[in-house]
Amino acid sequence: MLTIRDLRSGYGHIEALHGIDMEVSEGQIVTLIGANGAGKTTLLMTICGSPRARTGRIVLNDRDITRMPTHEIVRLGLAHAPEGRHIFARMTVFENLQMGAVTTPPRYFAGDLERVLTLFPRLHERLDQRGGTLSGGEQQMLAIGRALMSRPRLLMLDEPSLGLAPLVVRQIFQIIREINREQGVTVFLVEQNAYHALKLAHRGYVMVNGCITLSGTGEALLADPAVRAAYLEGCTPTGDAAATGAEQDNVTGDRSRHPTGVGPSVAARASATGFSQRDRG
Amino acid sequence: MEYFTQQLINGISLGAIYALIAIGYTMVYGIIGMINFAHGEIYMIGAFISLIGFLLLGTFGITYIPLALIIVLVLAMLFTSIYGWAIERVAYRPLRGSVKLAPLISAIGMSIVLQNYVQISQGARVKPLPPLIQGGLTLFSDNGGYPVRLSYLQILIVVVTITLMAAFTYVIARTPLGRAQRATEQDMTMARLSGVNVDRIISLTFVMGAALAAVAGLMVTLYYGVIDFYIGFIAGIKAFTAAVLGGIGSLPGAMLGGLLIGLIEAFWSGYFPIGYKDVATFSILVLVLIFRPTGLLGRPEVEKV
Repeated sequence: MLTIRDLRSGYGHIEALHGIDMEVSEGQIVTLIGANGAGKTTLLMTICGSPRARTGRIVLNDRDITRMPTHEIVRLGLAHAPEGRHIFARMTVFENLQMGAVTTPPRYFAGDLERVLTLFPRLHERLDQRGGTLSGGEQQMLAIGRALMSRPRLLMLDEPSLGLAPLVVRQIFQIIREINREQGVTVFLVEQNAYHALKLAHRGYVMVNGCITLSGTGEALLADPAVRAAYLEGCTPTGDAAATGAEQDNVTGDRSRHPTGVGPSVAARASATGFSQRDRG
Repeated sequence: MEYFTQQLINGISLGAIYALIAIGYTMVYGIIGMINFAHGEIYMIGAFISLIGFLLLGTFGITYIPLALIIVLVLAMLFTSIYGWAIERVAYRPLRGSVKLAPLISAIGMSIVLQNYVQISQGARVKPLPPLIQGGLTLFSDNGGYPVRLSYLQILIVVVTITLMAAFTYVIARTPLGRAQRATEQDMTMARLSGVNVDRIISLTFVMGAALAAVAGLMVTLYYGVIDFYIGFIAGIKAFTAAVLGGIGSLPGAMLGGLLIGLIEAFWSGYFPIGYKDVATFSILVLVLIFRPTGLLGRPEVEKV
């Protein structure tokens, strides 16, 4: 569905992505984990065309979108719920959802609205309220709901759990699973909450300093010692996270390209951000 | 009392014209955060196109006033829209994303270019237009007091302005186009990610502002009967004051601000030395900037994140 080859991108003179290769297959949930500043958000925004890719190719459903303007990419069935939610603060919840439907023919609107409101009953109560007055969790629901209004085939979510209460986080991840299973939407999920994300995902990628250092199935990455050390410190290993030897083989490590790999400094940063993720929901 | 009523009537007609121009300032500011100082020139060009239109229609023998008015209105809006679109394309779009000062300087440059262009092509002398809409109502004439004049033209100005503003408010509040404009104003990145062609929305905003300024230009041509290449400067600055007074970026603010500036000017001229009327208007601008920088209906820059 989405193929990325040797992608380089960045802001100004700083290159943030140093040659990314990855693949998001139809019907899957694919997650990208990594510490703050690794380039995860830059990757998602580059896929959307801003900033522009410097080299490499991005192919969405057999169409090369590397040089396409953002609003045209979105019309090809890609929806992005960006980091920080980006709710239109002075518009009502209803208008925010209408903005999600800019690219779809009006005849779908009523049905799509119904579906989103069934998924997020909280939004139903708040339809006439201004987006800026919602709580963090509600805003995240609105951001996902708005993205779904465009009937995406590929839904990209950038840190949907950021700053939310643990209970709300669980709810959000549950809904992501539902969207993927019941509505057949392919999901590309960027998360710092590595444990939840890897448990949910069919496939995972680990990004360190603008390079993909590891990839594999969700379970395999959960069991990988390097991943555990860097991103899962403090998470109690549970039965479903334990890996078999076969899964271990699925991990295709590529630490040679990035000599430091997932070193201790990254681990320190990851756990530090873990502490800062307070409940602000 | 009669004298007061007369100033009120004059103030409202004048305020309506300022409000029409102020909307263009406030919309452009709202959407790309720059003051389009060439907007006053758009209004001046609207006035010139109206004048030329009336003279042309006269030579073609179309003298039925309502028909002539409608034709000229459409022509003026069409041509100024093209100007508005072209100005954004040539002077502002290439500078988007550069430092904030750059488009401002470009706007002032554009303003000078347009002024000189009209001065050279149309001549520097004042252009007269014979009054087309004459007559009016005289109020309170029977009690022997000061006769209050309410001309048909003033009624026309206010009616057209209110109609346009109602239509405009509807477009912004209720249509997909207005929604896309508000979305672009609030969060350009997200508007793009929602599939809005932001460049097109910005162009349309300039076009809409220019069309309203053209109506103001037409009104002024009819109201004062004389225009020259320099009228855009003062009117532009006053409309800008109106937009700031109402709260720049706020549409109802521009309407209210325009009305207030018109009233202040009319009442000052009626009761105080007329030579100081611009001083009065701009003192208001200074006071607003000192005591209430967000304007009357502007919103403070705090928002729940």
